[in-house]
Amino acid sequence: MNRELLVLIGKAIASLFLIANYGLILSGVMYKIIARVHGRFGPPVWQPYINLFKLLSMRTAVSHGIMFYLGPIFRITGGVGLYLLIPAVYGSSWLSNFSFSGDIILVLYFIFFGMLGMALGAAESGHPYSAIGVMRGLAQNTASELPFVLAVLALVAQYKTLSITGIVAAQQGGFANWTVFTNPLATIAAMLAFIGMMHRSPFDVHLAPQEIPVGPPTEFHSSYLFMMSFNRAFFGSAKLVLFANLFFGGATSIPELVAKTFLIMLWTVFVGVVFPRYRLEQSVRWLLKVPTLIGLLALALQMF
Amino acid sequence: MDDRKMKHRSPVPEEELLSPDAFLAPEERGLFCQDRPEPVEPSKVKIVRDFCNWAQANSIFILAFGTGCGAIEMRPLFTARYDISRYGMFPRPTPRMSSLFIIGGYASVKTMKRIVRSYEQMQNPKFVMGLGSCTVNGGMYYDSYNTVKRLDHYIPVDAYVAGCMPRPESLIAGFRRIKKLIMEGKAEGANEYAKNFEWYKRNQRRIIKDWNMPEYNW
Repeated sequence: MNRELLVLIGKAIASLFLIANYGLILSGVMYKIIARVHGRFGPPVWQPYINLFKLLSMRTAVSHGIMFYLGPIFRITGGVGLYLLIPAVYGSSWLSNFSFSGDIILVLYFIFFGMLGMALGAAESGHPYSAIGVMRGLAQNTASELPFVLAVLALVAQYKTLSITGIVAAQQGGFANWTVFTNPLATIAAMLAFIGMMHRSPFDVHLAPQEIPVGPPTEFHSSYLFMMSFNRAFFGSAKLVLFANLFFGGATSIPELVAKTFLIMLWTVFVGVVFPRYRLEQSVRWLLKVPTLIGLLALALQMF
Repeated sequence: MDDRKMKHRSPVPEEELLSPDAFLAPEERGLFCQDRPEPVEPSKVKIVRDFCNWAQANSIFILAFGTGCGAIEMRPLFTARYDISRYGMFPRPTPRMSSLFIIGGYASVKTMKRIVRSYEQMQNPKFVMGLGSCTVNGGMYYDSYNTVKRLDHYIPVDAYVAGCMPRPESLIAGFRRIKKLIMEGKAEGANEYAKNFEWYKRNQRRIIKDWNMPEYNW
């Protein structure tokens, strides 16, 4: 193996290590914030780490078949792949990851990749609640993808590039160049779709984490659940980084990245703790109505 | 009435109590795993074992089975007043993910079947807490014809919280007791169940009349 390849792999591992820890701490902080809004103390900030260790230390695990094994692997591949295709810090040699020209299309695909794998894995478990959760999850994700894709297309038309690095480069040079100011309609459409993409209330009916139908992960346990929980650290923060890149000027340093992604996450958390849950048809209808129309308007303004 | 007097109600003769497949229709036998559970010992390395126990004790996913009236005392635990999430305890809806099984009150014979099925679907290590006096000795249902008197005849129980009903504070005391047992490595109910499988199965089959489930249903 040549030296350049080894350096590249080393950089990717360092980048993944950083984002995994950031994602875990971020979800710990998020649980704390939600608890404080509820008037509770909440779990400690490092609780996501303990949960992961605990899931790894389970002594037994049962399988329902090959796809059941592959479901969580697809999921974590989707999360890691998505993160590695997005430049986390603009201009950094190791946090630019593997972003290349034309990557926005691949990123849009990768957001869906893990969910499809998960759907196959959950279906193999044979549990009816898994099937219901998968059906609801895919329906809602499709509905939230549409306004997001429209917003991204508006951006592509605006900046005339498919590269995320190109979009970030076009936003450098001050606040006024950020997409949120140059293209507010696309930003609004994407930020509304983002709540659905992050599966936060009011769009969390398919997960319903503390009720009888827990959704797709009903049958997953032990190390399977470890992989799925660990994936949240990658997948959640990758989406945050993507939104910071597309709409808020990206980041030129790690502190800037942390500040921007944290504020974007707060938006979903605050909406989540304030609003009660939508039923599936309500959420799909809302997503296809409000953000999609705003996204269409944003795209139309760019095209004509 | 003692649980043992219930054996006469069983439609199955004593000698058939432990024969596998005795209760499943032939066409259904291939659908289920008939293997019996195997005890899985913790790591021999002390530091690994202690670390696993620490992680198990500080992240407990609860499967709360509201079998009886005592279950109503579990709800306040998740509210701002008691908030057990600060101890790293979270409710989970499925037995697969959970590690602490709370039996919320009296267990009738009919419920016992569901308790056994849920318990067997949980993964090793798993812990059980009996809530209320009815799980200890039947409580106010001591002379009921269809209520189980001693829960630990049927599944291994790590801690009991006595009371009718126990206040949420008592439940928190019970959780602390369970955490202490886990940290000390003394909460090995899953292995105990696997080692004394015949004894538990015999007890379960004595009271569960319509046993239309496999020998061990994980």
